[in-house]
Amino acid sequence: MITLTVNGERVTRHVEPRRHLIDFLRLDLGLTGSHAGCEHGVCGACTVRVDGEIVRGCLVLAASLDGAEVVTIEGLSDSGEVADLQANFVARNAAQCGFCTPGMIMTAADILAHAKEAGGGTPSRAEIREHLSGNYCRCTGYQAIVDAVEDTLKARAEHA
Amino acid sequence: MNEITPASIGLSREDLPNSYIGRSVPRPNAPKLVQGRATYTDDVVLPRMVHAAFLRSPHAHARIGAIDTSAAEAVPGVIRVFTGADLAKVCDPWVATLDHLKGMKSAPQHPLPLTRATWQGEPIVAVVAETRAAAEDGVAALRIEFEPLPAQTDMETALAPGAVVIHPELGDNLVFTRTAETGDVAGAFAAAHKVVEAGFVTGRHTGVTLEPRSIIADYNRADGTLTVHHSTQAPHMMQGVFAKHLRMEEGDVRVICKDVGGSFGIKVHVYPDEVAVAAMARILGRPVKFIADRFEAFASDIHARDHRIKARLAVDTEGKVLAFDVDDLTGIGPYSVYPRTSAIEGNQVVNLCGGPYDFKNYRCTTTVVLQNKAPTCQYRAVGHPIATAVTEGLMDLAAEALGMDPIEIRRRNLIRDDAYPYTSPPGMRFEGLSHHASLEKLLEMVPVAKIRADQEEARKRGVYRGLGFAAFIELTNPSPFMYGIGGARISAQDGCTVRMDPDGSIVASSGVTEQGQGTEAILAQIVAHGVGVPVSRVKIITGDTQTTPYGGGTWACRGAGIGGEAALQSAIALKQQILEVAGAMLQAAPESLDISMGHVTDKATGAERMTLHELGRIVYFRGDTLPKDLQRELVQTRHFITKEYPFAFTNGIQASWVEVDPMTGMVKLLEHWCVEDCGRVVNPMLVDEQVRGGIVQGIGGALYEHCVYDSEGNLLTTTLADYLVPMSAEMPEMHVGHVETPTRESLLGAKGAGEAGTAGAPGAIMNAINDALRPLNARVHEQPFTPERILRALGAIA
Ligand code: FES
Ligand code: FES
Repeated sequence: MITLTVNGERVTRHVEPRRHLIDFLRLDLGLTGSHAGCEHGVCGACTVRVDGEIVRGCLVLAASLDGAEVVTIEGLSDSGEVADLQANFVARNAAQCGFCTPGMIMTAADILAHAKEAGGGTPSRAEIREHLSGNYCRCTGYQAIVDAVEDTLKARAEHA
Repeated sequence: MNEITPASIGLSREDLPNSYIGRSVPRPNAPKLVQGRATYTDDVVLPRMVHAAFLRSPHAHARIGAIDTSAAEAVPGVIRVFTGADLAKVCDPWVATLDHLKGMKSAPQHPLPLTRATWQGEPIVAVVAETRAAAEDGVAALRIEFEPLPAQTDMETALAPGAVVIHPELGDNLVFTRTAETGDVAGAFAAAHKVVEAGFVTGRHTGVTLEPRSIIADYNRADGTLTVHHSTQAPHMMQGVFAKHLRMEEGDVRVICKDVGGSFGIKVHVYPDEVAVAAMARILGRPVKFIADRFEAFASDIHARDHRIKARLAVDTEGKVLAFDVDDLTGIGPYSVYPRTSAIEGNQVVNLCGGPYDFKNYRCTTTVVLQNKAPTCQYRAVGHPIATAVTEGLMDLAAEALGMDPIEIRRRNLIRDDAYPYTSPPGMRFEGLSHHASLEKLLEMVPVAKIRADQEEARKRGVYRGLGFAAFIELTNPSPFMYGIGGARISAQDGCTVRMDPDGSIVASSGVTEQGQGTEAILAQIVAHGVGVPVSRVKIITGDTQTTPYGGGTWACRGAGIGGEAALQSAIALKQQILEVAGAMLQAAPESLDISMGHVTDKATGAERMTLHELGRIVYFRGDTLPKDLQRELVQTRHFITKEYPFAFTNGIQASWVEVDPMTGMVKLLEHWCVEDCGRVVNPMLVDEQVRGGIVQGIGGALYEHCVYDSEGNLLTTTLADYLVPMSAEMPEMHVGHVETPTRESLLGAKGAGEAGTAGAPGAIMNAINDALRPLNARVHEQPFTPERILRALGAIA
């Protein structure tokens, strides 16, 4: 039995020891925004936030998360934290099939958060590519994604 | 009504208020994707749903002996175990041949094999359980006696004496062979100033859709219907396949595909494990879900591009191409894949080699053989990247032999832009291509002089950079000549039904499907433009065989060209119908009226006469106030199929700028350009991203992706750690430019754009690498161009 906070709501569930976080979110909580693309930690489709840091949901066992705070794409969308980033993804067509997109947004949100911590200074396109390099996208060619992240960083830097 | 022409409906005129064609409108379905609120097949949960897992063959070739299911059946949660014999009772096997591919043969294939496993990863036995985990536990508890048989893995020896004949009843491993020959090839080679030749290899690779293959089949015993939620590109085709092989009426099968997480041709085929799921649902009378995991995807999604080609090119002193002579060999695994067949890829190599160039003498043979590896079939840009790499590799060799600039040799040989209609040596008919305009456009974008200067300067520092070009043609908008004439029930025609609801909003349902390329967005643009409403007032329905007009779905780049034209025609018909009704209401001639941004207007003055909302209210709720005999169906359906040409060919040219490290053999992509001509561009932003995504898949095949087998037929690349895919940090910035030569087959004029990037990128990269290696006297022609292959070409390793 574990109790944790998911997208701001307290949940208590019985979990099998072998159940990883991504299955816990999808199957036990019905949060289907996060996806399993490889289940071996390479593709990043399962990226979610645990206690403020992004992790791969397929590499974390749900049973280890008692007391943790988890944010998924659904929570991130509802909080409005990355509404500007999401709008730029739409404007740039940075999502085609969209299967990688929730994971991409989680990782891109991490770039935005770190840029803020680092106090201004917009990361370069190469740095954005580097940061996104654990997230596999088969559809877009990545360029539109880099564009969307860069647009958001610049707009935030201007309004800071 | 006046005659309707592209000009009369304002195509590509952005000055009209609701002129949406040619505009970068964002996709209406994108917000749900970025918020994680899409519905992929695995997100669907049905009452009483159970889960399937498969025991897959550990051997490339083996006789299936006794199957002991007792331990598996005892696993908690396991409901039932199914063998090949169990499913054969309700499901008929299929044979994947096409009648128009003369002499083609293949063996019958069952959802689960009855006696023999023929590739490693082939599904053999299925376990159905309450959860996927329990089903996998059940699979682990199965006991099967396999008797390993010698495997025929090497395609070079598949036809040699002593080869293991994979299906003895076929006599040998030859699936199909075709030679196209025109002109005097031998004479041209004898008379040539220079002859160049090379052996090319394209690496067996696969689609790696991020969403794996996914299906839920639900058989309802009460009404005898099968509802299938399926991650597929061709729902109507699958409806027919399930009905035929499960012995049902087509009308009793419904295929639904909501969001699809990538397809690229991978999800347009019939997979035995998916048919098995439908058969098991039929037997169990409850929903069965199967989601392939990544290992299963690598082992059983179709592979592609396993070709070895020997090719020669003859040129005269001016660099004019005299003849191509190409010999292609391809291994397709143990079965031709149903229903499109695995002979099409080789056949396309024959159709497409030499494609952009004007020459007379041509010989190309393809030989398609069986082997004990995963089946291969159509994947994005079928055959195109192979033919382009061969053609463009030879063109660069010829330029080098002549001491000619690679741009110049292309300029001298590309088919003239005013030469159309034109029939190519292998018999392809081109309606209108723009090779020279595309080359000129590319040269506006690529700073060639600057790059050449940089290349010179870098070489002095021991840095090796190269610039490579590849011109290509792409086959789109296929007619029944692709599959229908061969006997496959794959529709080349598509339909669209457009209706106006009482509030003036428009709903359009289409037989083409959305996999992320933006079909729904362009259909909404086209319908909004055609009827005369804001694009936000249009809803699009796709991906449900019960509610959309019959059609082919998404393959061979037909969404815009076929589905889009059906949408345009139905929208125009609806507009005419609305104007008839409006004319009666306003006491005006319908010809004097127009519709703009949701208002009926006076055509001459543009003055608003009434809203569609008001028109809808009267039609639906106060029909008593209208003339009794007035036709007032605010719904219209049109279908479209091309008539004059079997395919709409498109064309383009790419350039790649790379750096090769001779110490490590690593290739760094510096920049990439592509100019393509897909006819009328409906949404430039979507086309650009299709092209970029396609380029990246081409880059994958050229540099990273490879399904590697050992000599016994064991697949060595079964995770994303072993099978490399392009990631953001290694990808270059990609510049896309357009030339527009609309097809005259349709009012819309759109051809396909989704495969252009993939078609040209490997050839451009190969030529760029070889340009970089030229001062070192090294060359590579075997894809993927791995560091090992490059170091070997440099003589750095043996
Ligand atoms: S599913 Fe977790 S990284 Fe791929
Ligand atoms: S949009 Fe399809 S995988 Fe990224």
